[in-house]
Amino acid sequence: MRIGLFATCLGDTLFPEAVKSTAVLLARLGHDVVFPPGQTCCGQMHVNTGYQREPVPLVRNFAEQFGDASIEAVVMPSGSCAGSVRHQHEIVAERYGDAALRAGVATVKAKTYELSELLVDVLGVTDVGAYFPHRVTYHPTCHSLRMLRVGDKPLRLLRAVAGIDLVELPEADACCGFGGTFAVKNAETSTAMLQDKMRNVTATEAQVCTAGDSSCLMHIGGGLSRIRSGTRTLHLAQILGSTRTAPYALTEAAR
Amino acid sequence: MSTFLGMPAAPPRSPYGTGNLRGERSFPQAAHDGLRNGQLRGNLGRATRTIRAKRIAVTGELPDWEALRDAGAAIKTDTMNRLPELLEELERKVTERGGTVHWARDGVEANEIVTRLVKATGSGDVIKVKSMATQEIGLNEHLEAAGITPYETDLAELIVQLAHDKPSHILVPAIHRNRDEIRRIFLDGIPGVDPDLDNVPAHLAAAARAYLREKFMTTKVAVSGANFGVAETGTLAVVESEGNGRMCLTLPDTLITVMGIEKVLPRYQDLEVFLQLLPRSSTGERMNPYTSMWTGVTPGDGPQDFHLVLLDNGRTAALADEIGRAALNCIRCSACLNVCPVYERTGGHAYGSTYPGPIGAVLTPQLAGMHAAEDDPNSSLPYASSLCGACFDACPVKIDIPSMLVELRHQDTEQAGTSAEKLAMRAAATVMGKPKLYRAAQRAASLSRSVGVGGRDRTISRLPAPFDGWSDSRDTAAPPRQSFRSWLASAEGAATMRAAAEEGARRTTDDQDDEQEEQ
Repeated sequence: MRIGLFATCLGDTLFPEAVKSTAVLLARLGHDVVFPPGQTCCGQMHVNTGYQREPVPLVRNFAEQFGDASIEAVVMPSGSCAGSVRHQHEIVAERYGDAALRAGVATVKAKTYELSELLVDVLGVTDVGAYFPHRVTYHPTCHSLRMLRVGDKPLRLLRAVAGIDLVELPEADACCGFGGTFAVKNAETSTAMLQDKMRNVTATEAQVCTAGDSSCLMHIGGGLSRIRSGTRTLHLAQILGSTRTAPYALTEAAR
Repeated sequence: MSTFLGMPAAPPRSPYGTGNLRGERSFPQAAHDGLRNGQLRGNLGRATRTIRAKRIAVTGELPDWEALRDAGAAIKTDTMNRLPELLEELERKVTERGGTVHWARDGVEANEIVTRLVKATGSGDVIKVKSMATQEIGLNEHLEAAGITPYETDLAELIVQLAHDKPSHILVPAIHRNRDEIRRIFLDGIPGVDPDLDNVPAHLAAAARAYLREKFMTTKVAVSGANFGVAETGTLAVVESEGNGRMCLTLPDTLITVMGIEKVLPRYQDLEVFLQLLPRSSTGERMNPYTSMWTGVTPGDGPQDFHLVLLDNGRTAALADEIGRAALNCIRCSACLNVCPVYERTGGHAYGSTYPGPIGAVLTPQLAGMHAAEDDPNSSLPYASSLCGACFDACPVKIDIPSMLVELRHQDTEQAGTSAEKLAMRAAATVMGKPKLYRAAQRAASLSRSVGVGGRDRTISRLPAPFDGWSDSRDTAAPPRQSFRSWLASAEGAATMRAAAEEGARRTTDDQDDEQEEQ
């Protein structure tokens, strides 16, 4: 399958390892990964903060970059960006776009997937041949869980990983408190939510807390780093991309 | 002869509501107190966790729960679409059955109507059964100013009233109080209470009961709220847990019910849906202990003088707005409060309004407006959410609160004019809308590593305003030296992708071979 990879602005700039793992994983599964070079950002931060006029060029750019009919599916290692493309681009296009933009948005919306959705629903694979011999706990991010309804797809992928010791996260469904600009505008409340999430993560005694969104991991990982917890965060794609021949070196990368 | 066509102007808009629909401080400022109060956070956390588990258990046991939610949403949507005709039908039926209907445009009018009705009875006291509408308009304060003493009879409301406090929750107004605090409040507030009163819940309840019984037996006027008003029959309904409400509704000579106009339901049969949805969503019970219904007056039985005050107070303004109309579907079950991670940690007072939590953050600005330019505390409410979506999943009538919050934020930024934030958002959109500019900015971020940002451990521990709240509790990883796209374009990236593709090709060939062998 010819798959368009959307790196997301956060992944491209700050968390390239998660995107690398996504690209390598899909290529290893026999798919043709294309990276439209003009891609930038989905505009989620704008819409969620209350701005719908401003991200029109971003929505247009996304539709142009991935509109090509030769791209059969668009994937991104982020539930919240996939949620933005699927649910928010339409709102922006309906309100401030023209007919061409609305048509372009509808085209890309129909073929956009978050990583676990693409693997399980579209490519029909749960065992990606990964090897990750570490104790791991999984945080289901809110937008994956409630906007995309990915359900247990990420967990099914993780359970199939060789060597993994997967432990359940208490109160897993609770929001970590990131919420984009919420963490800045309501920093104290966000911190209170983060503290409870960290307490639950450390209670699992996992070496790694994983999730499908770099933004939530940036928040949880930033907190865990501050309290020197010893648990580190790693994107789901990095665990799925770790193999026996090229295992992810946890100790070297640990902060 | 000439025809005057008039000047184009904005169409007339219904006025916003008045009363307890606006706090004095913005949400982040008001939330600060709750967040710093360990006792409050403990009380709230315990209470919401318990009620969440109960709700999941009792909604999970109904095979048609999702169908019930759909039915509830459909009935409420239909109600809002023809609210005027349903209200007129309700008025007709109540009048036919011997009641009197009053229409109040806002809180001021409603307070005047109720005060006038109470004064006409000659009574200096009223007993009250829990009512959000009268909290909203500040009826108790108004009655007191007119020399009439209101007695709250719902136990939690009584605690709040005796403590000169405000409710913190729609359904459990004293959720933020524990039994030690309640003991202290009773010792200070109930005349003649046993000075040796301890903190055992049964003893606290007994003290309240002794106090309230005397009020029930001696007070001739009651003020109630209503959970539902049925247009078809003119029937009003109140659901409660303690039976104190039923005392108010049956013992006095005069009953005055204050009901928000959105509480009307078209048909008696619609109660079937809501009497299943409401208790399961709110208290996690299959059925609430007391459901009281009354239709006008019945000679020789119950209050002989019944008044229904229909309260607008910003509801027509909300009805004219797409989001506001959907927000009016709310049946005040408080399920959204109990699942909201923000409410759980800040408590209801942070929202400033009678309506706290996720639905309050939507409803309050709809009822009372949010004047962004005037630094209105209400304009901070749509941002008091991480948009986690738990409220939407819990809502028995499927109100899409997260989408409505995003829409209200949009209204707020449009209203606010040019701000520093808007300029930053515009600048970010300009950079990210042009791939060339975007790559330049990205290179600058990667370069920051080379000039020492993040130090040796690759983390940044302090950021400047407005990001200092973030860096107070979180480290930030410094940008890596290489972005994904520059890795992909590098020799290393190309080689890695080529190797992966070769492995993929081998795997695909192997799979095909396997399939052929199987065939």
